[in-house]
Amino acid sequence: MMDFKTTVFFFLSAILIFAALRVITARNPVHAVLHLILSFFTAAGLWVLLQAEFLAMVLVMVYIGAVMVLFLFVVMMLDLNLDQLRQGFWNYLPLGAVIGILMVIEMGMVLGSRYFQVLDSEVPSVPAGVSNTKELGALLATDYVYPFELAAVVLLVAIVAAVALTFRGPKKTRYTDPAKQIRVKAEDRVRIVKMPVEKQD
Amino acid sequence: MDTLMQFGTGMFGTAWPAVWTLIKIVLIIAPLMLGVAYLTYFERKVIGYMQVRIGPNRVGPLGLLQPIADGVKLLLKEIVVPSGANRYLFVIAPVLSLAPALAAWAVVPFTDTLVLANIDASLLYILAIGSMGVYGVVLAGWASNSKYAFLGAMRAAAQIVSYEIAMGFALVVVLMVSGSLNLVDIVQSQQKGTFADMGLNFLSWNWLPLLPLFVVYFISGVAETNRAPFDVAEGESEIVAGFHVDYSGMAFAVFFLAEYAEMILIATLTSLLFLGGWSSPVAFLPDSIFWLLAKICLMLFFFLWFRATFPRYRYDHIMRLGWKVFIPLTVVWLFVVGVWMLTPFNIWK
Repeated sequence: MMDFKTTVFFFLSAILIFAALRVITARNPVHAVLHLILSFFTAAGLWVLLQAEFLAMVLVMVYIGAVMVLFLFVVMMLDLNLDQLRQGFWNYLPLGAVIGILMVIEMGMVLGSRYFQVLDSEVPSVPAGVSNTKELGALLATDYVYPFELAAVVLLVAIVAAVALTFRGPKKTRYTDPAKQIRVKAEDRVRIVKMPVEKQD
Repeated sequence: MDTLMQFGTGMFGTAWPAVWTLIKIVLIIAPLMLGVAYLTYFERKVIGYMQVRIGPNRVGPLGLLQPIADGVKLLLKEIVVPSGANRYLFVIAPVLSLAPALAAWAVVPFTDTLVLANIDASLLYILAIGSMGVYGVVLAGWASNSKYAFLGAMRAAAQIVSYEIAMGFALVVVLMVSGSLNLVDIVQSQQKGTFADMGLNFLSWNWLPLLPLFVVYFISGVAETNRAPFDVAEGESEIVAGFHVDYSGMAFAVFFLAEYAEMILIATLTSLLFLGGWSSPVAFLPDSIFWLLAKICLMLFFFLWFRATFPRYRYDHIMRLGWKVFIPLTVVWLFVVGVWMLTPFNIWK
């Protein structure tokens, strides 16, 4: 009899692996994106099992709540021709397989390396009452403040670069100035004319 | 209570905690569904009186059975699946829009102790779950294989993602002043302060020191639930009914349920975060769940009042309000409150 946590772990892992497989095997791109969302969600569940509730919630909020919405948005708008996409599958397969195997080896080396020792380590049991969020915040503002600021600057550069690459000067569209609109008074638009009552003969 | 626990343990043995949680879930969901039903009645009555009409008055005394009649009618109708629709996603979309609106209630506290799961990061949980509500709308629009539904889905997605940012910033300030992500702690932190010591608790609640954020949060909440005047996702006049134009019967009713359940959720969160939750407005009256319910009803009345008062926003104005007004306003107020908390005038110690 497995304990409850282990059961939940295997349950979530099974869904995660299934969803991840479907991401690359689904024929319909929208289905693939939806399975990617499902795999993010189950990964968040696994992080909750590791007592990393802040990271789990942020994963759901940022990736599912924002990034994937835009992703889905774009995929839905694409006019995809599935037959065209499948052309040349066998030509690209060897190269793709080599890259895939390389990545698997890299991940294995990272996980098995003596710096991380993921396989030997155990989940540290956190005493009740310690807030995951508070600890993370304290670490980010003290020990890791420079990497944190550096990441912020890199992201800012990315935003500026994205705007610079796509901005092609102001478009000549009709534009209404909201401040001007608010200042409009009834007298500017409507003229009320006083007229005496006309008699009918 | 103890006898109930003993009876349960005797009846179900070790499965009792799970059964007890299920009972608690039913005790939250059932009144919520009843609340949704009567919110539609309330809406029709309130808007009716505001437009000098009577509103529903035929089914039962004062029309009180109208929501039941509507529900039965929707249950009996056929669910038509359009021929070009993606069948699977078409059916799953309403579920995806209702599920987050219900799941968020798991961490909503009703009094200091009356809460299903009093978790440490309940505010984060609500933000995370709330951000998933948009998928129901987007998928419904796409799976229907209809231009109008798709346009509605696009509008809804852009709008919900935009207003979520302003809402998130408003929440960041609230958790800054209360120093906790736990909703019970957030309410309790509003129960103390200079005015609370004078017996005027309602002046110590977050709405007064954080007034701009209270307004931004609630208006963003109205936009987030796609309610008038931000209901361009439905926009009857230009895109017939938006994302749910192809839904009928119970599938449509589930979207309807989700929208109203989300309204009640936003009203509840506003009451908890800015209006002191279950705390009583004056010191000589006891705190109780009735205060929370009264505040929720007040906020829901605002939803309906907005709908009867304001004409629908034009789409570019909605985007402008979200990105160019609310987000800068909340960011500036974040700094103002941050600096305020570092000065000797800090009122949240």
